[in-house]
Amino acid sequence: MAKIKFILNNQSQEIDTDLNRRLLDVLRNDFNLTGPKEGCGEGECGACAVLLNGKIVNSCSVPLANVVSKEIMTIEGFSQTKRYEIIKEAFAEMGGVQCGFCTPGMIIATESLLRHNPHPTIEEIKIGLSGNLCRCTGYNLIVKAIQQAAKKGDGLW
Amino acid sequence: MVEAYVPKNLKAALEMLHEKSLRIVAGGTDMLIQNRNRSGLPINFKSDILYVFDLEELKRIEEDSEFLYIGASCSLESILENKLTPELLKMTILEMASPAIRNTGTLAGNIANASPAGDGIVTLVLEDALLEIQSINHLRREKVQDFIQGVRKINLNSDELITKIIIPKVTFDKAYFKKVGPRLSDAISKVAFAGAIKFEDTIVKDFRICLGAVNIKMVRDSAIEKKYIGKTKKELQGLISQILNDYSPLIKPIDDQRSNKEYRKQVSLNLIQEFIENL
Repeated sequence: MAKIKFILNNQSQEIDTDLNRRLLDVLRNDFNLTGPKEGCGEGECGACAVLLNGKIVNSCSVPLANVVSKEIMTIEGFSQTKRYEIIKEAFAEMGGVQCGFCTPGMIIATESLLRHNPHPTIEEIKIGLSGNLCRCTGYNLIVKAIQQAAKKGDGLW
Repeated sequence: MVEAYVPKNLKAALEMLHEKSLRIVAGGTDMLIQNRNRSGLPINFKSDILYVFDLEELKRIEEDSEFLYIGASCSLESILENKLTPELLKMTILEMASPAIRNTGTLAGNIANASPAGDGIVTLVLEDALLEIQSINHLRREKVQDFIQGVRKINLNSDELITKIIIPKVTFDKAYFKKVGPRLSDAISKVAFAGAIKFEDTIVKDFRICLGAVNIKMVRDSAIEKKYIGKTKKELQGLISQILNDYSPLIKPIDDQRSNKEYRKQVSLNLIQEFIENL
């Protein structure tokens, strides 16, 4: 057990726990943040994606020991932003959401992509989403949603 | 309970390795999956863990006239974004993992994991990369191809840590990486191929081929490569069937859930052929 500090959704946190735990379990069980989901548990599906210091990571394969003094943003924290509003509307308008299980991870992947590249090509969007699986939409609608978000949110990223 | 050690700096990490019996974890993208537990429970590590991902000393990428030095804890993404990184290694990183894994996975972890299907290793072996390995009172260098001794077998003493990946600065006229897998990224390769060539006045000066996931170690054979140095491009292309015959006995893949040996072998030979035909 060890005490560690980190910033979670813009708030400082200090917890005393086992650093050999997965970030995903800490978020879901200790902080009741259930936006990040456990899909595959192997880093292949992206349903557990969160931002770590502004960059997408799979929280199922990040040990808590690697989170010391860092900033974590889950979909719950990100949903308080203007950029989230733009992405959410674009996903809704273009039909990029069906069952919704992959959606928090898809939105985190979109934010991580647009932060790095505000005007991605279709190919760049596909690379940006290459770690996220969706079993409903067939991806084309999600790609269109991201194109739309980049257009409507021009200047936000 | 399994302990977690998070050292403040490299010196502290080496002291811990000297004093205790520890497994090393960098980004954790492989180690957490290999030691997966039931959801909600701590990772099922079998021994105490030394976490090295946040060691600042191992996060630098530097060069001198001869080599590029990549700190062992650099994320794949930071290597991809660095202007000093050779193009072939960038191509490899783009194909080997999704953005999320690139942000936490490390090249040193890919090497230490010593999977025959480790994509990063294919390119590093092709580039004759070395490792810098440190313990509290010793510093050594070893070629990546020698460091990996078999499937998940590496030449690392219990008090040692990989601190740098050292890539010789060599330029090629064509360098190419190709991964064969069912997905753009996040798939473990059925076959991985790297090829590189340098000409001087149309004469082959340097010729290298490396294949991954088709033997217990990466397939690289300098004796075969040397045979074709001194040929012209046309002569080399005329010798394709001989080149394929040279490599064929070294390509000894297995059947597993990802592919079968017949497919892997044929694709390996096709990749060599395609590389030479399109020089």
